[in-house]
Amino acid sequence: MTCTDFLARMTDYFDGEVEPELLAEIQSHLCECHHCEVLVDTTRQTIRVYRDHQVYELTDEIRERTVSRIMSACTGKH
Amino acid sequence: MPVIEQTGTEEVHPDVALVEASRNGDTAAFEKLVRQYDRQIFRTAQHITQNREDAEDITQDVFMKAYNKLDQFQGNSKFSTWLTRIAVNESLMRLRKRKTSRTVSMDQDVQTDEGSIPRDFADWTPDPEQQYGTSELGGILQRTIAGLSPGFRTVFTLRDIENLSTEETAQALGLSVPAVKSRLLRARLQLRERLSRYMKRKDGSAKP
Repeated sequence: MTCTDFLARMTDYFDGEVEPELLAEIQSHLCECHHCEVLVDTTRQTIRVYRDHQVYELTDEIRERTVSRIMSACTGKH
Repeated sequence: MPVIEQTGTEEVHPDVALVEASRNGDTAAFEKLVRQYDRQIFRTAQHITQNREDAEDITQDVFMKAYNKLDQFQGNSKFSTWLTRIAVNESLMRLRKRKTSRTVSMDQDVQTDEGSIPRDFADWTPDPEQQYGTSELGGILQRTIAGLSPGFRTVFTLRDIENLSTEETAQALGLSVPAVKSRLLRARLQLRERLSRYMKRKDGSAKP
């Protein structure tokens, strides 16, 4: 397996959607290729760091205002 | 009024009952749906538009549109996916209005391969939280994802931040599953390459 072959399958590999035979080939390639090993490791870190740090959050104040406006428009009561 | 399809013995998602109740005028049921998904819709809108005020407006618009179109929800996707699709369309429309001279669509980034070919193979610091602190790291993450084109930002946000499945992401974006996979790969690689500038070990050494 070449690095280009691996790259083409990286999304399926991350999603656990590769057949056992192909998985063995990928694992063998990752043992031999430091670049692809780093690529997998740092891409996983990229996903993790964004999941762990929600960079955009609705504050409680804005949230209540938003919900109130939505319900007011939908029902005409609030 | 169309009835939501419920197939076989599959477990019915609790949202289905809330949607039915909302259709029948139960506003408390609709408020539950709003409070269940408002944060997710807001984050998605802000990731795409990169603007907090726009994200607030879009969150309101999404739920108001959803309420008025509840009859169009057929139940062949999750309610949250249906909402997300409305949010993506509203967000892209907002970007188009802001950049009147440029087309903004899910296809606009197909032409660029920038950052899609990995170049930086340095190991990263194992603990970026310690190196930067929460606030500084938050700034780095915002600046980095802002540098991606809207289409790539959107795919990464739905699939990797909001944890939608590939199929749900495809439904929300109106793309095929292979198209989502291809864009997700490029989005992840571009983001990794850009983040690498901040995250790689300062001494450049490989991990032991």
